[in-house]
Amino acid sequence: MSPISRGFHRRRQEAGDTAGRVPPGQYLTSDFPVLSAGPTPHTPLPNWTFSVEGGSSPASWTWQEFQALPHETVTVDIHCVTRWSKLDTSWTGVSLDVLLDAVSYDAPYVLAFCDGGYTTNLPVADLRGGKAWVAYGYDGNPLPAEHGGPARLLVPHLYFWKSAKWVRGLRLRETDEPGFWEMYGYHMYGDPWREQRYAGD
Amino acid sequence: MEALEEGVVDGNAIGGLLIELFGTEMTTAVGTCAACGAVRQVAEMAVYRPMLGTVVRCRSCDAVLMVFVEVRGVTCVDLSGLAQLA
Amino acid sequence: MAGTAVRGRLTWQTATVGAVVDETPAVRTLSLEVPDWAGHRAGQHLDIRLTADDGYRAERSYSIASAPGEPVAITVERLDDGEVSPYLTQDVRPGDEIEVRGPIGGYFVWDPADGAAPLLLLAGGSGVVPLRAILRHRARVGSSVPVRLLYSARSWGEVIYRSELGSPADGVEVIYTLTRQQPPGWTGYARRTDPAMIAEVAWPVAQAPLAYVCGPTNFVEAVASDLVGLGYPPQRVKTERFGATGTP
Repeated sequence: MSPISRGFHRRRQEAGDTAGRVPPGQYLTSDFPVLSAGPTPHTPLPNWTFSVEGGSSPASWTWQEFQALPHETVTVDIHCVTRWSKLDTSWTGVSLDVLLDAVSYDAPYVLAFCDGGYTTNLPVADLRGGKAWVAYGYDGNPLPAEHGGPARLLVPHLYFWKSAKWVRGLRLRETDEPGFWEMYGYHMYGDPWREQRYAGD
Repeated sequence: MEALEEGVVDGNAIGGLLIELFGTEMTTAVGTCAACGAVRQVAEMAVYRPMLGTVVRCRSCDAVLMVFVEVRGVTCVDLSGLAQLA
Repeated sequence: MAGTAVRGRLTWQTATVGAVVDETPAVRTLSLEVPDWAGHRAGQHLDIRLTADDGYRAERSYSIASAPGEPVAITVERLDDGEVSPYLTQDVRPGDEIEVRGPIGGYFVWDPADGAAPLLLLAGGSGVVPLRAILRHRARVGSSVPVRLLYSARSWGEVIYRSELGSPADGVEVIYTLTRQQPPGWTGYARRTDPAMIAEVAWPVAQAPLAYVCGPTNFVEAVASDLVGLGYPPQRVKTERFGATGTP
């Protein structure tokens, strides 16, 4: 039985009018912690592509083509499974609705894949309906490499490990196969409002 | 083989974790990367700690050598990136 | 029982904080009374675990600042945005209990048995802690191995163990580089380490020196690379990286 460390506590939640915006077990931060499982990739933009693979008409865009797609700026709250939440973050990118509309498919799941080898799995339904983007701008500036630039997935209604940094595409799949962290016990879906941090939650 | 980024540490930092898991001092254990064959001591491997887990990578080719994830008090250990650990 | 060595427990045990010493405004040394301490080697570290009353736990590693045979002590630098270091440097009082695990480490250690080769110790900020343990061990065992310590700190006020390093043992030379601010009349190095500085302070390769580099990752990467560039065999350059703490 560990002794209690007198007076020790986790970093405090900041005060503020955040009723209903902070999921259970989370605390607010004004920082934007950089959490990486590997070295920051530096893919030159002329070599960068985003692809949607699988389905009957896979698609791929170069950086120039991607920049020419309809894009939008959104303000969203993000929630990391390591318990920090950051409200009102501003991102610019292309909606997954635009990208998925460009392909013909029937699959219910995707595996997102990234420079450096990171992967994460999601239901297609969670990328549809204005809920997800491939973001290349943050806070009015180009997305910094340490935060996933040139482009990352942004799926704010799920824990932020699903918002894969350095994303390069989606692989449409018939079955829900675990990505990198999911293989080690993180939840296959990851809804912060139901505190789905680990498999079995 | 590029310089490690600020925030990345080395195998010294997981010495305690490895003692807990293996029951013995492991920072001088020698690992062989299954991807590129590089041979080095655990203390000289690159250690990434994004708080979701600990990811140990080869300094020569960046391949994942070891992953440690703790879920509800139980640590999942993946050593499949090592061809050998002695 | 005759011939049976007493083994310390290589798992968490409860230690009591003894005396505390403020080395600088942001750095404190804590002595620890660890009941089943098995002894340690110069350069090793221990892990600390704190538990809040809501069950929240935090773990950190700290180099052991004392030599083998001396009471266990750690030196902690307070990071402004830290969670554990502000607690250890400001809130902890003698008599408090904290959990420790150790000693840990068989790589970044020095023993006199490592031979008569000259030692090159390179410290970035709080990276000086395990190197100070090495210096204290060397003095306690009466070793005459020549040592040079290059200590990079932001300013004179941030130099840890200032008075101790100011009167080093015979055969020990301490060289400082103060990277941000220097006192009036300072004639020493006044910049971040670079290949030229390393070339000036490093023992010649022909003497088969042993180097220990400890500090923030950026510091260790640069210095280790500079040493290898001078011809130091990589296996004669031992490294311990602290991550992003204490950047200049």
